[in-house]
Amino acid sequence: MTDTGPLSFQRMILTLHDYWAARGCVILQPYDMRMGAGTFHPATTLRALGPDPWNCAFVQPCRRPTDGRYGENPNRLQHYYQYQVILKPSPADLQEQYLGSLAAIGIDFATHDIRFVEDDWESPTLGAWGLGWEVWCDGMEVTQFTYFQQMGGFDCKPVAGELTYGLERLAMYIQDKDNVYDLAFNDAGVTYGDVFLENERQMSTWNFEVADTDALFDLFRKAAAECERSLAADLPIPAYEQAIEASHLFNLLQARGVISVAERQAYIGRVRDLAKGSCAKWMDKNAEGWKSRHPNWSVA
Amino acid sequence: MTDFLLELRSEEIPARMQARAREDLARLFAAELAKAGLTAGDLTTYATPRRLALIARDLPDATEAVSEELKGPRSSAPPQALDGFLRKTGLTADQLTERDGVYYAVIERPGRATADVLAEAIPAIVRAFPWPKSMRWGDASLSTESLRWVRPLQGIVALFGDVIVPCEVAGIASGAATVGHRFHHPGVITIGSAADYVEKLRACHVIVDQDEREGIIATGATTLAAQAGLTLIRDEGLLAENAGLIEWPVPLLGRFDPDFLSVPPEVIQLTARVNQKYFVCQDGAGRLANAFICVANIEPRDGGAKIVEGNRKVLAARLSDARFFYETDQKTRLENLTPKLEKIVFHEKLGTVADKVDRVAKLARWLVEEGMVGRAAAPEREPFAETTGDQPIHAPEPPAFSPADRARLADQVERAARLAKADLVTGMVGEFPELQGLMGGYYAAAQGEDSAVAAAVRDHYKPVGQGDEVPTDPVTVAVSLADKLDSITQFFAADLKPSGSKDPFALRRSALGVIALILDNRLRFPLGSQASGDVLAFFADRLKVQQREAGVRHDLIDAVFALGGEDDLVRLLARVHALQAFVATDDGANLLAGYKRAANILKKEGYTPPPADEEAETRDHQGVAETGEEDPLVLVEDADFRDTVGEWAHQRRVRHLGYDPEPAELALIEALDRAEPLARIAVEQEDFARAMAALAELRAPIDAFFESVTVNDPDPARREARLGLLARVRAAVHAVADFSKIEG
Repeated sequence: MTDTGPLSFQRMILTLHDYWAARGCVILQPYDMRMGAGTFHPATTLRALGPDPWNCAFVQPCRRPTDGRYGENPNRLQHYYQYQVILKPSPADLQEQYLGSLAAIGIDFATHDIRFVEDDWESPTLGAWGLGWEVWCDGMEVTQFTYFQQMGGFDCKPVAGELTYGLERLAMYIQDKDNVYDLAFNDAGVTYGDVFLENERQMSTWNFEVADTDALFDLFRKAAAECERSLAADLPIPAYEQAIEASHLFNLLQARGVISVAERQAYIGRVRDLAKGSCAKWMDKNAEGWKSRHPNWSVA
Repeated sequence: MTDFLLELRSEEIPARMQARAREDLARLFAAELAKAGLTAGDLTTYATPRRLALIARDLPDATEAVSEELKGPRSSAPPQALDGFLRKTGLTADQLTERDGVYYAVIERPGRATADVLAEAIPAIVRAFPWPKSMRWGDASLSTESLRWVRPLQGIVALFGDVIVPCEVAGIASGAATVGHRFHHPGVITIGSAADYVEKLRACHVIVDQDEREGIIATGATTLAAQAGLTLIRDEGLLAENAGLIEWPVPLLGRFDPDFLSVPPEVIQLTARVNQKYFVCQDGAGRLANAFICVANIEPRDGGAKIVEGNRKVLAARLSDARFFYETDQKTRLENLTPKLEKIVFHEKLGTVADKVDRVAKLARWLVEEGMVGRAAAPEREPFAETTGDQPIHAPEPPAFSPADRARLADQVERAARLAKADLVTGMVGEFPELQGLMGGYYAAAQGEDSAVAAAVRDHYKPVGQGDEVPTDPVTVAVSLADKLDSITQFFAADLKPSGSKDPFALRRSALGVIALILDNRLRFPLGSQASGDVLAFFADRLKVQQREAGVRHDLIDAVFALGGEDDLVRLLARVHALQAFVATDDGANLLAGYKRAANILKKEGYTPPPADEEAETRDHQGVAETGEEDPLVLVEDADFRDTVGEWAHQRRVRHLGYDPEPAELALIEALDRAEPLARIAVEQEDFARAMAALAELRAPIDAFFESVTVNDPDPARREARLGLLARVRAAVHAVADFSKIEG
């Protein structure tokens, strides 16, 4: 470990972990499923519902099959990392805490231009929306900053603050690299490319060219059915896992170009129904306990 | 007199909402003052990303004391009534006065301290604030009833003079403390009063006045461009947006790799503006330069080197994406994208975009083949600028295309229509939907299409809204017209019409586009060939909107539309223009008055003209030369013969009436005999000014008729004949327009 020079990719993550752990966050490990964004993590989606306080931070690998570029684009990846922080209820000094985290990973506010640019967040597949900003550092979006207002179609009571850092972008920035594959992953000479370049090549090929679309359609149907079976069994967490699965299968089908524009909306609607059903069941199952702990709280 | 300062500090307010928020703040504040009977000498509002502020000057220190007399019950009324009145006023019986057997109470309302009024007004304003989007936050958001603000509200400064106006909203107490610039001056600062607010903040790196920030950016950017030997491309919207994102503007100029200039300049400008909010510059020859100007929110310690470098990298990544799309898109010819269009649903009830393209191509071709599009460009004059209307609109008939030219034009039009929507499935338009059309134009030209075809692909969405350039090239005109007509008629046929404020498919804009295309190019195009009843009515409404700006009266458009069957907009407007000029004259105004009087009598009497007696008509015409015009006098130039024929005609009238008409009655009959055919012929020749002139001749006879003739004669024959005469007046006027629709 060196004390001078910019942080390596992994040291940046460790620094953020330390920073948020010191502020009362549970440091979680990545969820062991394929998903398009950290927001899908149950620690975000499900925990954003209900009155219990919840503070956590975690890295989540994100899969966006259509963003694959066979390792040939310097900043587009079909697999990348998000760093997520959830603070519920949103603290009054959330912006200051966030800026403190940027300072901790080495951004100097005397020479860099930070600003908060309106960017309201909406996820049709999660039935969720919030207001907030994309945070720019010298014109580059480095974080999505959102106050969740609704999740799974339910009002967030109380509101959670969500910070989503784009780790590769921040690292490229801090390390002054033009190509993501040139990033120092650690301080011992391993680059991001050493770790992920071949992965990007193979996964892009599979996503775009090889994946068996009949099998994917079949898996989608099975995930949807399993979600509903789990809901019938009063099990919102397994049901929600299947909603995550269905969402990713849909993304893969999109990348294979086999979902027409007309069908697209229907698929999104299907995933939304699964996610919302899971959230509704989660609310149902917890409402009693929540009410007993928070007399002023109600579902609606 | 005392000044008042209010600052509502929050997390970053979206730039696009700040101007409106200032207006709302001023409006709500003035309304709260008015409720208490107060007015400020002057209201100034400011907005930065982190604060919304108001300074009200010269407020009185208290509201005026008011003495108000309330009328109570009669002194003879039962005691319960008096008790009720006393309860209501809070007085005792001996405090009332009695006058004329009625009790009166005098209520004294003492003046209130203005500070107290303000302390109530501030929470009321905050709670009522109409943000376009607002949110909940923090611990209080356990309930959905918690305060909503655009982003979390953090502080309230409320100073009346140098005294804090104490109030509290959602746990935030007012005070004198605020914060300066987020990075340059993160600590708390204390404001003394409205007088030092702006300057104290300036000392803490916050320019409160949005106009001043805009000025700093504009001046700074212009200077930077000039120092680089370039000219700033001004963009007012971008200026306001940048001013809304920062509290301490510092413009910085950077350069991007000139290799990117191979990408169309519109794409570069759009990428820079939309994604990065940068200004761009042009060189001395008006070409886009490889420079951008970003606006930082800090005074950077290193002079801005790192900020410029960071922004350059972001822009380079954006531009390399754009170049990637531009180069990749050109690997597929536009016509080969049709299979992709077959997969895009235009609307679930209206098939795919490919279906639409097919319809538009056929319609565009038809418009050319039928000669509705494809005459030479209109002559160089304002077609309807003159209001005398003495120039018939058909006079300079535009020469038609030769059959061979027309066939070529039809082919170009169909080709352009078939390529026009292909760019919707290109990568570039996928990334920047607002480049639709423009990219198609670039790609069409690059693949060697005829320049008129490429231009039509590029411009066929035009005109987009009023004030946009209206295409004049016949290829573009045909494709644009066909595209818009197709949308309007298809959506109407699927019962997806605009209603109220809802116009999800922008059909109103399309209709305005159709109208502008027809009028500007003077297309003789019967809309009825494409549109059914409700579509025509829709066009009539749009025409009224479109013409309102040109000062054309909507009731006159109604008056012409009400005749029915007029679906040629060029002719319709010519008629409306002539009508507008006519009703502005003395003759026109009087004729209108006479018409209305006649129409009112007919309406009151419930008169309907009897069916025409064809046998009598035929009989009457025997013996007179058939000129094709029904007034035998029109073409009679021989003075002697004229008298003879005149006398004959007079006899005929008397015989027809069965009684001796009064002079004014006869004069009106004769005037109608002259005016009717003249007006009709003029209308047929589309010379509406002449038609109006013919009708103007009726004015004096009508006035005289009403002056001296009693319509409601005891003799049923006279009464019937005179009502019939009035009906003729009404019908004659209707040859030009339905005057009953004209207001005034």
